[in-house]
Amino acid sequence: MSGFLSSSIARKVAMALSALFLIFFLIIHLAVNITSIFSESVFNELSHFMGTNPLIQFALQPVLIFGVVFHFAMGFVLELRNKGARNVKYVKYNGAASATWMSRNMIYSGLVILAFIVLHFIDFWFPEMNYKYIEALPADPTRYFGELQHKFENPLRVGAYVVAFILLALHLLHGFQSAFQSIGFNNKYSKCVKSLGKIYAIVIPLGFITVALYHYFNH
Amino acid sequence: MNLTLKIWRQKGPQDKGQMVEYKVTDISEHMSFLEMMDVLNEDLVAKNEEPVAFDHDCREGICGMCSLHINGEPHGPDRGITTCQLHMRMFNDGDTIYIEPWRATAFPVIKDLVVDRTAFERIQQAGGYISVNTSGNTQDANSIPISKHNADLSMDAATCIGCGACVASCKNSSAMLFVSAKVSQFALLPQGRIEAADRVKNMVAQMDLEGFGNCTNTGACEVECPKGISLENIARMNREYLKASI
Repeated sequence: MSGFLSSSIARKVAMALSALFLIFFLIIHLAVNITSIFSESVFNELSHFMGTNPLIQFALQPVLIFGVVFHFAMGFVLELRNKGARNVKYVKYNGAASATWMSRNMIYSGLVILAFIVLHFIDFWFPEMNYKYIEALPADPTRYFGELQHKFENPLRVGAYVVAFILLALHLLHGFQSAFQSIGFNNKYSKCVKSLGKIYAIVIPLGFITVALYHYFNH
Repeated sequence: MNLTLKIWRQKGPQDKGQMVEYKVTDISEHMSFLEMMDVLNEDLVAKNEEPVAFDHDCREGICGMCSLHINGEPHGPDRGITTCQLHMRMFNDGDTIYIEPWRATAFPVIKDLVVDRTAFERIQQAGGYISVNTSGNTQDANSIPISKHNADLSMDAATCIGCGACVASCKNSSAMLFVSAKVSQFALLPQGRIEAADRVKNMVAQMDLEGFGNCTNTGACEVECPKGISLENIARMNREYLKASI
């Protein structure tokens, strides 16, 4: 964390930019997932494209992984530094009087999302890497829908996904507008950004939950 | 009204300190919180006990000297006021009131409820000024046109009294509302623009050096600020910092 990132403002801007990148990524991810409700073939086609296109696989995927790791690592660094900024705690601290639960507990909602990402990697990413690059099995453009349905047969997994996405919604309810504030965006359009953030924070996680529940009840 | 007070007592910077319980009786609801503290101290002096040390000066909400974290909030439960403007009518007979000093590593306790806020002074000295001689040589204020909008925003930022409630309320002990108010009041005026880049970089560097935490935009500072300093100032400081750094 030397140079530019040694400054508190640079760190918060970096945190915000990685957040905005992940916010954009979630829209793409959900757009692909949603197709699985309407058309098996479209979902397979899109998944095959995402999984085999060299630009996505070898340029965008590493950027995404870097973005995710950076956002979490920086989150932990900031949390530790902030804990150090108050070496003696208050006996009575009424945080709820002046700030929302979401804004005060980003680290905890973030930790649940991190646990979810580990589960998600074990469920989908590691088997995918194994299929393509370790066992190097022949490409099968029709396998994705079946794999997706199979994963959502287990009610425990579906439950874990639902809980994680509720926490993601809470994280985004603060995070979306906070990212804009961090990059210095606070003007006459801020009200629109806040409203858009609330809609995004509810619609996107709800979309993911819908996909998981749909396949659980329709396998 | 009769009250139970749980007050942080600490003999000096090296002392560990602890909460001590006191009873005060016959407190008028028209008293200010500091007058209630005066009553307690008179009782303590009469009993030959050490009075509670707390900061205060103008007692009319403009000097920024009084502090006190009351029942978990800086300046107590009311909004847009300093502790000297907090009235006992905000409490009920029989209440227990927790009174603590500002808590931040950058604001070490000197004694009891008094903390050292000179970190704010050092941030100001790092750039919270314009380098012109204003003694006996000032030009007419109207010779430099300034839009009413910017003049108002600058004045709003300049109402910061540097009390430190923003730091005290922030779960991260961040000083960004204070620093952003000081940066903004100059950044919005032509006289301040000349040194704007150096000012924001130097003040932020000093803020970080003092050990204040990182802002996570919870907005607690804006709610607890006795002068209603807006979060817009923090966004402006972020913009100013980025502009100065890139």
